[in-house]
Amino acid sequence: MLSIKNLHASVEGTPILKGIDLDVAAGEVHAIMGPNGSGKSTLANVIAGRDGYDVTAGKVVFRGKNLLELPVEERACEGIFLAFQYPVEIPGVSNLYLLKTALNSIRKHRGLNDLSAVEFLKLIKEKIKLVEMKEEFLHRSVNEGFSGGEKKRNEILQLAVLEPSLAILDETDSGLDIDALKVVANGVNSLRDEQRAMIVVTHYQRLLDYIIPDKVHVMANGRIVKSGDKSLALELEKHGYAWIAQDPGAAAAPPAGS
Amino acid sequence: MGSPANDIDRLVKREYKEGFVTDIDSETLPPGLDEGVVRAISEKKREPQFMLDWRLNAYRHWLTLTEPQWAHVHHEPIDYQAISYYSAPKDKDGPKSLDEVDPKLLETYEKLGIPLEEQKMLAGVAVDAVFDSVSVKTTFREKLAEVGVIFCSISEALQEHPDLVKQYLGSVVPAGDNFYAALNSAVFSDGSFVYIPKGVRCPMELSTYFRINAMNTGQFERTLIIADEGSYVSYLEGCTAPMRDENQLHAAVVELIAMEGAQIKYSTVQNWYPGDEQGRGGIYNFVTKRGACRGRNSKISWTQVETGSAITWKYPSVLLEGDNSVGEFYSVALTNNWQQADTGTKMVHIGKNTSSTIISKGISAGHGQNAYRGLVKVLNKADNARNYSQCDSLLMGDRCGAHTFPYIEVKNPTAQVEHEATTSKISVDQLFYCRQRGLSEEDAVSMIVNGFCKEVFKELPMEFAVEARKLLEISLEGAVG
Ligand SMILES: Nc1ncnc2c1ncn2[C@@H]1O[C@H](COP(=O)(O)OP(=O)(O)OP(=O)(O)O)[C@@H](O)[C@H]1O
Ligand SMILES: [Mg+2]
Repeated sequence: MLSIKNLHASVEGTPILKGIDLDVAAGEVHAIMGPNGSGKSTLANVIAGRDGYDVTAGKVVFRGKNLLELPVEERACEGIFLAFQYPVEIPGVSNLYLLKTALNSIRKHRGLNDLSAVEFLKLIKEKIKLVEMKEEFLHRSVNEGFSGGEKKRNEILQLAVLEPSLAILDETDSGLDIDALKVVANGVNSLRDEQRAMIVVTHYQRLLDYIIPDKVHVMANGRIVKSGDKSLALELEKHGYAWIAQDPGAAAAPPAGS
Repeated sequence: MGSPANDIDRLVKREYKEGFVTDIDSETLPPGLDEGVVRAISEKKREPQFMLDWRLNAYRHWLTLTEPQWAHVHHEPIDYQAISYYSAPKDKDGPKSLDEVDPKLLETYEKLGIPLEEQKMLAGVAVDAVFDSVSVKTTFREKLAEVGVIFCSISEALQEHPDLVKQYLGSVVPAGDNFYAALNSAVFSDGSFVYIPKGVRCPMELSTYFRINAMNTGQFERTLIIADEGSYVSYLEGCTAPMRDENQLHAAVVELIAMEGAQIKYSTVQNWYPGDEQGRGGIYNFVTKRGACRGRNSKISWTQVETGSAITWKYPSVLLEGDNSVGEFYSVALTNNWQQADTGTKMVHIGKNTSSTIISKGISAGHGQNAYRGLVKVLNKADNARNYSQCDSLLMGDRCGAHTFPYIEVKNPTAQVEHEATTSKISVDQLFYCRQRGLSEEDAVSMIVNGFCKEVFKELPMEFAVEARKLLEISLEGAVG
């Protein structure tokens, strides 16, 4: 579904991603871990098409399309969803309105009619149960005054409503209490199916206790330095990232700038 | 060729001889302004003597005034002798059908979802070719007459209710109030008159009617609304579609009077021609709007959405005379391309326990310049006066400007005056967030801007709010990127 080859990206001339290779097939869940500043959010943003990143080399192909050619909204309509590490507040715009406009834009892209108000409300009421949010949140401004945890739940609500084929969750677990973590994980798990892939960025093994990944990758300094199955996350938990650096496989990566 | 003054003299005499009614269809005074013109206007409208005297006073006062220079706007000097001050409705001059109308204008109507019949009217297609507006008027009139509401043009009011006009006209905005108000007082062509009797809640929003009524009120419009004790009226002014209009200068005056316990809600959506992308053409909208809360417990709310005009100069104000009276001002002003707006309000606290709220949202895009100018004045007898002001500016791009000029004058120590101001840019984070959810850049901008304006839009009557939202969208087209 998603194939990233030798992806290099820089911000204002500073290289951040230095040769990422990643293949995600439909139905798979990949976890990406790695120290602060290693480039995890940058990778997510480059996939989503955020301005300000120059892709200096490499390819990103999503369901047969060259993703890097498409504007942000088209990537979204093609089925890419990014749950933000820091969800944005939009004063005066109700959650419900954003959801409805977003869903209808995506439906339009797929050649479907707008959902009627009734159909939409029915759908939303179903989905909001999934993330155990109160209905009043629908009528509040997008993320305005939401607690950290509420914002993250709201991202999962959007995910559930928009039903993308590739969901990238950027540290959706950070800032969540243990109950909220379970709610979010349940929400995500209920969306798992053969058609859908997920990339879960996290610092903590505990999320992966609930969302069991098919593959785990470790990023450091703009590269994927180690990949493995779910047991890799457990090892990281035990030994920390320093352990990776000593790993001969990881050390094989050339030092930056060479 | 004679001088303009001579031409007018000739014209006035000729009309006097030939009578006014017969050639009303084709009549326009030649450009120029002097006492003869003022007399001619009054005479054409067969006004009572007091009205002529009032106009002449205003004119003489106007001669002593100069244009205000303090507004944050720039334009070429206006040649007041180049304007024609009287032009009777001339259906014949308009396009014969929509085929003759600028397609760009029609496109906008289409986007706003304006019914075809109304499109024709707005585009100035001969009214009699549209539909029988007289019958529409009559239906409304009958319904209003049942409860004693008077709603007619100010010319009609001068014929049918001269005492009411005499009593209230100029009682809020005196003839010599300012340069443009004085000019309006001297030469106003027409406008609306509303009287709501004691204890009556006006059974409908005075809007659809006005749309029809407003077509030919011309550039010097005069509106007078009186809400007698315990009455209520919601009045919608203007039109969300750009109107075909050749007049460059609009200098309107609106006066509102709320007696004890009365409430007036006055909503405006102004979308006059703003000029093109290069800043050519467009209306100068220099308006004086003021309401007086005369009685105790009375309330006046102004809500305005200003997206049109090349230059807007407008400060809907409230004089809070009665104890416990309430004044409100909710405003959205948008300037795109080369538009300039200097707008705001004056809240003058005179009675005790008076309170006022000001919510102003300015949006600048392109090379637009947007200024909020507001005065909160608390006089020494106004015990326990309260004001809350919030002025937010939103900038799109880096060639536009936003300016805030809040003036506060407090002469009573018990007053509580709060002022908050913010300036923000549409954030790239917000845009990215919306686009990542599948919205186009334009939809994302319009959603964010609408959110920014929400506190004002929620004050607008329902169907007006929907149109205002669409209007904002259209006005912002091409503002991003
Ligand atoms: N817009 C930017 N301008 C300058 N530097 C940037 C920008 N965006 C990212 N960087 C830098 O790129 C590096 C990678 O950042 P990124 O946010 O991708 O890290 P991360 O792996 O997501 O970290 P964390 O775990 O803390 O979220 C950091 O050193 C960061 O400072
Ligand atoms: Mg990050």
